[in-house]
Amino acid sequence: MKRLLQKIPDSLLRVGTAFIVFIAAVILVRSLIPASLKNTEEHRKATVEREVAHPVRYAGSEVCADCHEQFELKKKGYHKNLACETCHGVAKEHTENPGDVKPVKNTKREACVLCHIYNPSRPTGFPQINPSIHNPMRLCIECHNPHDPKPQHTPQECQACHAQIARTKAVSSHARLECTTCHTVPEQHKITPRQVRPTIPSDRSFCGKCHAKESKFVGTPKIDLVMHGEKYLCWQCHYPHMPEVE
Amino acid sequence: MERRNFFKKGMTLLTQLGVLSTFAKKAKAETNGYDPSKHYYGMGIQVNKCIGCGKCMEACKEENGVPKEPFYFRTWVERYIIKKDAEVIVQSIDPRIDRIGNSVPENEMMRSFFVPKLCNHCDHPPCVQVCPVGATFKTDDGVILVDSDRCIGCRYCIQACPYGARYLNPVTSTADKCTFCYHRITKGMLPACVEVCPTQARIFGDIKSTASPLTRFKRMFKLHVLKPSLNTDPKVQYADLDGEVR
Repeated sequence: MKRLLQKIPDSLLRVGTAFIVFIAAVILVRSLIPASLKNTEEHRKATVEREVAHPVRYAGSEVCADCHEQFELKKKGYHKNLACETCHGVAKEHTENPGDVKPVKNTKREACVLCHIYNPSRPTGFPQINPSIHNPMRLCIECHNPHDPKPQHTPQECQACHAQIARTKAVSSHARLECTTCHTVPEQHKITPRQVRPTIPSDRSFCGKCHAKESKFVGTPKIDLVMHGEKYLCWQCHYPHMPEVE
Repeated sequence: MERRNFFKKGMTLLTQLGVLSTFAKKAKAETNGYDPSKHYYGMGIQVNKCIGCGKCMEACKEENGVPKEPFYFRTWVERYIIKKDAEVIVQSIDPRIDRIGNSVPENEMMRSFFVPKLCNHCDHPPCVQVCPVGATFKTDDGVILVDSDRCIGCRYCIQACPYGARYLNPVTSTADKCTFCYHRITKGMLPACVEVCPTQARIFGDIKSTASPLTRFKRMFKLHVLKPSLNTDPKVQYADLDGEVR
């Protein structure tokens, strides 16, 4: 063996040693790199596993029903589709440790106003209020149960059925007009609503009672009935339950 | 032992071990109880239902540990205002400061609405194409994921995404985006944003299922996707989408 080594020229031996060390280093480094960085399949599997292992923070509403009776109440009201955690915040830890970790219980006006403040970008008919005139300084929960929110009084008359129109009108410049100002409602309409319909104004002069320039009514936008709007009736351009303000 | 016998026995032992180990692997995968090839996820968004409360944005940050600063989002809500002079104003709403700034007087608005946005989980994702290290990929169930171990933070995908759905996570210095809450959906839960949405503007489900809220959504509404001309085939579909939405 020794002789064999002596037969190899010294320079070759050195180069050979360096080469072997280099190969060993490469193998060592490669073995240190995790498989997930070398193999596409492995790397995807590792990513999926990492994502799946991410802790869940929102528990989901179904779990709440096991302990909290308000859930039954909520199921019947307008907030039935609202998840508990929408208002109470993350609750996974609470479900695991109900005694020590408590979810948020925000009773401030801001909590409700967040969704229910009037905003022109919100869909028509979504229940909205103007918080500066809707009982300012009072808590929402004094009058409305958040688990079964209702208007203070059961909607009577028109808005019992026409709630969307009522809510739209409530934030419009026609808010203070009664439905009966413009519509005459036969008593029979309440019994067979589709057969007997309320009247709707049939001519321009009706709106003109307040909006014609001859009108003595104070504070309404006025127009010249003869010149304005050509052949159209008023409500073909203006939506009376939410008239645009100029 | 004879050499021949040794080899014979060795080979049989090796094959047995190999077969056993594959069985063991399969068994392990099955105990997980989730088969990605049986699912294909998508989302439906009904624009007319969004009230712009920003609960989805908050929930997403809570669930996924997205940095709290108001410019890192996996999902966000845009407020569109189309003015009477046809100017289009797009604001990204901020759930913390000045939720919905009223920069345009109501009488200048023609129409206005909110549009929730998130990663579209495209069937032909440009972000996957451009990634130089293959860190982002599509899973068997159609979700686009980022391997934060492999990502080098070059921001190429952030540029390539036509929907602006990606951002560079300042903590990990890697690209980050919506995962449809992969850790939740693989456990049969809803994504956090869908869970907390108070008006059910977001509908999540399996595209492959025959009857589900998502299937119903896709049957009931006229649907549209964002930037269809790019042929990205988004799996997030919109109902009631205005032509001005980009």
